Amino acid sequence: MITLSVNGEARDLEVDPSTPLLWVLRDTLGLTGTKYGCGIAMCGACTVHADGAPVRSCVTPLSAVVNKSITTIEGLSKDSSHPVQRAWIALDVPQCGYCQSGQIMTAAALLAKNPKPTDADIDQAMSGVLCRCGTYSRIRRAIKQAVDVKARGGVA
Amino acid sequence: MNELTTPEVINTRRRGFLKAGAVAGGGLLIGFHLPLALRAGEAGAAANEFVPNAWIRIDADDTVTLRVASSEMGQGVFTAIPMMLAEELECDWTRIKVEMAPAEKAYANPIIGMQLTGGSTTVRAFWVPLRQAGAAGRELLIRAAAQTWKVKEDQCRAENGFVLHKTSKRKASFGELAARAATLPVPTEVILKEPGEFKLIGKTTPRLDTPLKVNGSAVFGMDVKLPGLLTAVVARCPVFGGKQKKFDATSAKSIPGVRQVLSIHSGIAVVADSFWAAKLARDALVVEWDEGANSKLSSAAIRAQLERALKKKSVSARNDGDADKALKAAGKRIEAVYETPYLAHACMEPMNCTAVVKKDGCELWVPTQNQTGAQLVASQITGLPPGKVKVNTTFLGGGFGRRSEQDFVAEAVQLAMATGAPVKLIWTREDDMHHDYYRPATLNRLSAALDKEGMPVAWWHEIAGGSIFSRVFPNSIKNGIDNTSVEGAANLPYAIPNLQVTWAMENGVVPVGFWRSVGSSQNAYITECFLDELAAATGKDPYAYRRVLLAKHPRHLGVLDLAAKKAGWGMPLPAGRTRGIAVAEAFGSYCAQVAEVSVQGGQVRVQRVVCAIDCGMVVNPDTVVAQMESGIVYGLTAALKGEITIKNGRVEQGNFNDYPLLRFDEMPDIEVHIVKSSENPGGVGEPGTPPIAPAVVNAVFAATGKPVRKLPIRL
Repeated sequence: MITLSVNGEARDLEVDPSTPLLWVLRDTLGLTGTKYGCGIAMCGACTVHADGAPVRSCVTPLSAVVNKSITTIEGLSKDSSHPVQRAWIALDVPQCGYCQSGQIMTAAALLAKNPKPTDADIDQAMSGVLCRCGTYSRIRRAIKQAVDVKARGGVA
Repeated sequence: MNELTTPEVINTRRRGFLKAGAVAGGGLLIGFHLPLALRAGEAGAAANEFVPNAWIRIDADDTVTLRVASSEMGQGVFTAIPMMLAEELECDWTRIKVEMAPAEKAYANPIIGMQLTGGSTTVRAFWVPLRQAGAAGRELLIRAAAQTWKVKEDQCRAENGFVLHKTSKRKASFGELAARAATLPVPTEVILKEPGEFKLIGKTTPRLDTPLKVNGSAVFGMDVKLPGLLTAVVARCPVFGGKQKKFDATSAKSIPGVRQVLSIHSGIAVVADSFWAAKLARDALVVEWDEGANSKLSSAAIRAQLERALKKKSVSARNDGDADKALKAAGKRIEAVYETPYLAHACMEPMNCTAVVKKDGCELWVPTQNQTGAQLVASQITGLPPGKVKVNTTFLGGGFGRRSEQDFVAEAVQLAMATGAPVKLIWTREDDMHHDYYRPATLNRLSAALDKEGMPVAWWHEIAGGSIFSRVFPNSIKNGIDNTSVEGAANLPYAIPNLQVTWAMENGVVPVGFWRSVGSSQNAYITECFLDELAAATGKDPYAYRRVLLAKHPRHLGVLDLAAKKAGWGMPLPAGRTRGIAVAEAFGSYCAQVAEVSVQGGQVRVQRVVCAIDCGMVVNPDTVVAQMESGIVYGLTAALKGEITIKNGRVEQGNFNDYPLLRFDEMPDIEVHIVKSSENPGGVGEPGTPPIAPAVVNAVFAATGKPVRKLPIRL
């Protein structure tokens, strides 16, 4: 039995510890907001936070995160009120939407570490997350808008 | 021009196509009439359930439910369809509920004749009928109010979910009026609004799916949950046309969670309790394949086949004047060979389908662009009538044409039948890359003759490639021509007196399919870049050259001029940058783009793209902007990176490490300008793609002086 903290809740798991975190989240815990895109850490659709840092859950075995606190898109906020989510809504960023959990989790991790990122910081953080619909321009604008929202104390 | 500025009067009784009915509990339904369909409100219309083919449902509690029959794959139909219905219905936009329609004949796309989302047709096809459906609903509610209040209908109007009476100031909600409205005959005529009266259409409206797509709650095919659901992963022969010879599943079956290993038409399937178990077991299968006749096939051999076809198989797709004669008589003659590779779709969500098959029915949960096809294929496999196949369309994690195919549906249905359990079939990224229906590779020979002023007097474009329609709609092939293969080439808009376009169909073993903007995606590159070669041959400005040749094409000219103006065509650029321009008509819309690039050390960096689009009347302007951005990025990946190659009968690329996509830090600044137009709507999902590759290549040509005749760009 492995206990994993996910979105603030301790979850007991009877899973082979070599199983990638992505499939534990999706198939065992039913948290399907985190997506499978490539399985080799090339697309970022599976990005979640482990102790606040962005990790690629598709190549992270469960054993590597047992003592860490995992946050998925479902746990980023209770009501889509995280500044990144609000900026995403305000700018209608998603198209097909499949990559957006990974985009949002990556952007949220960036802003947690670096509240005022430069364009180069944004490039560096976001270039690992692929979007086939081409929402990159809006993502950049939304990150900047989220920075402004945070600077005003979370008031949009 | 402007036909929609006159009110459209449609005799719905004569056409017999709109219908209304009651819902249990006192509600109103508006749908399209089909002779054999159940009449709304009769048997089958249980409370809280749509009859099979309704578009609008108004419940006594004022809930207005609107149905979307096209697949939402990012292009915004989940919002655009409700906007068209609500515009005329006059319901309260903030209180609508939207749901996906099931597979049903009444929901067929009127342009395609199937329930299929493709060809950038949703708004074009439903533009009139859905507004008529909305207007019919509104008229019924007004009539119900007038009868209730014993006043004249023309003294009442509908607004924001209520009917109001002008003089008495009485008002009643749609929900209050729905039961009575459902007893009335459908109006024989509905008058649609003039565009100037639109409240929703033409105004940027937040997408209704956005809130679901920022918190993980949007359900894609991958995310379907059912009690007792099993997951399947399939081992398929990597060589096209190969078959399984034998397999040993001993070690696969020893993996915990594996339920069954079974042989299906496409390979060997592992069915397990979870994806990871199924995937590990699939990888543990020991399979001996019969690779068949194609085991030595290579990209070079395919190119040689295309070259032979070009010599022997060409048939005419367009023939104005006498291109052959004009070319022979030419003073200045220019020739070039252009090539485009196979391309994968690489939807971010790999192919998948969930199926349950029981004796009396089959149910699918599937991210599909083609509900009609899914229903038919499930019917063929199970032997059930199509009406017993229920199709639940999830959100699609990208479509781009790939999800109009049924290969993944067929596998899921077979597995659900064989196991008797609900089965979710999942393709890995590698499965998706190795077993796509690729954009056809093409080989093109072009010849042109220029007059003394440098203007083209002859143009001969010979194309060889695989045909998509010969597989999916074989009856549509006329005189050997697949229209999708020559679109963007045979409809060349330039005023050239002697113009010949020929097509040589060479259907190899690599399966080909619809890829965002289809033939125009390659042909715009080939024709627009060859045109720049002609302009360059006599030192002419490519924008001015096009203007002369497009004098009789005002909509092409309109976008060309707008893009050139906004891009500052002819104005100085920062050092190291060059511009390229291209224009294309596709799917009823006109799009021009100017790309600004820098070329350094053999690397092309696209810095800025200015896009002008004329797609007629616009439903949701911000969606048009987003679709141009999207089409440009999709086309940029193709121009800069995309290439599927074949070696030993199999696709060499497998994942994003060897089939890279454009990344965030490579994104150019994109500016989109929409031409104000009163023309009927054109397509939006695809027209942004064709001009980008030629605009970029023409900018590279301007930088290097060397034409780029093969994609992706490799300097």
